[in-house]
Amino acid sequence: MGKTSSIIQVVHLVKRFKDLAAVNDISFTVEAGEIFAFLGPNGAGKSTTIKMLITLLAPTSGTATIDGHDVARDAAEVRNTIGYVPQMISVDGTLTAYENLMLLARLYDIPRVERKKRVREMLSFLGLEVHADALVRTFSGGMIRKLEVGQAMLHHPKVLLLDEPTTGLDPVARQNVWEHLFELRGRFNTTIFFSTHNMEEADGVCDRVAVMDTGKIAAAGTAEELKAKTGKPDATLEDAFIFLTGNKLQQTGNFREIRRARQIERRLG
Amino acid sequence: MLHYLSQTFKKSYVLAEMETRKLLHDPTELISRAVQPILWLGIFGEALSKVRAISTPGLTYLQFITPGILTQSVVFVAIFYGLYIIMDRDTGVLQKLLVTPTPRLALVWGKMAAAGIRGLSQALIVFLFAIVLGIQLHITLWSVLGVIAIVMLGASFFTGLSMIVAAIVKTRERFMGIGQVITLPLFFASSAIYPVAIMPGWLQAVARVNPLSYMVDGLRALMVSGAAARVGFDMGVLAIAALLISMVSAWFYPKVVM
Repeated sequence: MGKTSSIIQVVHLVKRFKDLAAVNDISFTVEAGEIFAFLGPNGAGKSTTIKMLITLLAPTSGTATIDGHDVARDAAEVRNTIGYVPQMISVDGTLTAYENLMLLARLYDIPRVERKKRVREMLSFLGLEVHADALVRTFSGGMIRKLEVGQAMLHHPKVLLLDEPTTGLDPVARQNVWEHLFELRGRFNTTIFFSTHNMEEADGVCDRVAVMDTGKIAAAGTAEELKAKTGKPDATLEDAFIFLTGNKLQQTGNFREIRRARQIERRLG
Repeated sequence: MLHYLSQTFKKSYVLAEMETRKLLHDPTELISRAVQPILWLGIFGEALSKVRAISTPGLTYLQFITPGILTQSVVFVAIFYGLYIIMDRDTGVLQKLLVTPTPRLALVWGKMAAAGIRGLSQALIVFLFAIVLGIQLHITLWSVLGVIAIVMLGASFFTGLSMIVAAIVKTRERFMGIGQVITLPLFFASSAIYPVAIMPGWLQAVARVNPLSYMVDGLRALMVSGAAARVGFDMGVLAIAALLISMVSAWFYPKVVM
């Protein structure tokens, strides 16, 4: 499965909440081993799309498949195929780094004989082995994010989905997280799908971008292709975004989203 | 089916173990939770037993309310347990767990077991403090095992209920409000601190369908009166109630992330 077709295939996907179409008929594909950025302002429908891809929300209509498995009908298969890093802090601060990894290793059914080795290897890969037995609440933002990526990669998933992975991180920590993601892709040919509202980040790291705005995909392609559409020689991705959507990329969103964004920034400090 | 059940038991165990590790890393919660039952027994119980206002045939008033206070402290832990679902949702822990190949039922049972373990620590405190106060308890191997079973089952039922409420209201503020509103009526409409016989008829009817009453009855029979005839029935009611609510909860609570 998935050999001949794209690893992620989204076809006419729609999600309605009462009379609001949060995701309004989008289609795109992601190829195996690609780093694919999902770009758009808060409230564009990025998170809703990701929730459907990770099987937490059923589409109203349309289909999405990951490695040939339908996210609505074969949720169990999809869950074994993907790793997911939520936008918020999803490690447990009251457990140690080792325990946080071991929890996921056991939930992903990594065989007992291999578990300890996998967890130790991951700790050393992330440069966290000296902190293995420290409670995670003592960690810095960058260490937390790396640990979360580690949790999501323990079972060597084919697709890693990250929701705003570097929001709230300083540039050094952001760089460090991406270095680890590149390394993992190199080792396991992992497809990396991430959402962001940071133009520079998308421009710097991804193979292809989809620009999402008000529930629709305004354009998709390489960053260079999108910039070329503006007709200006030295356009940035932000210029392309404004050209494509007629919007300024700004921090919008409802009360809960804003409160959450601030909480994350405070905690990642 | 067999695979699903073995997965559910295995993953419930993993989740319960991690919750227990959290408690061991930081046991302050257990210590602060000990305060309330100690106040109820040491002050309320002592005071009311002096005035002899409530007739509790065959038992001293302190003997009578000890199982009631234990029930109350276990139920209070469990009924606010749904708050952890909301906190886990807000932090992203819940989304991450829901995306792993873990049966939904295991996530419910894991939380139920975790609340039960906290409940057992309450039981230990109540037992120890009752001994300090010189309250005569009926302590045998079987009564202790029975108490453990009833505490676990009762904690499970109210944790399941709490998770459903959490999935419906979705915010901490609303959840706390509802928690406050339902705990005291549940407590008062049971035989925890006075016999059902002295209640008005309508309240007796409420007490009869209140799962908290079955906890109190079972614990009272095991801990003080030794009249164990009905204990099996009490446990059966609690076990069925806990199982049913865990299934409803497994279906309901993933909606908290939508």
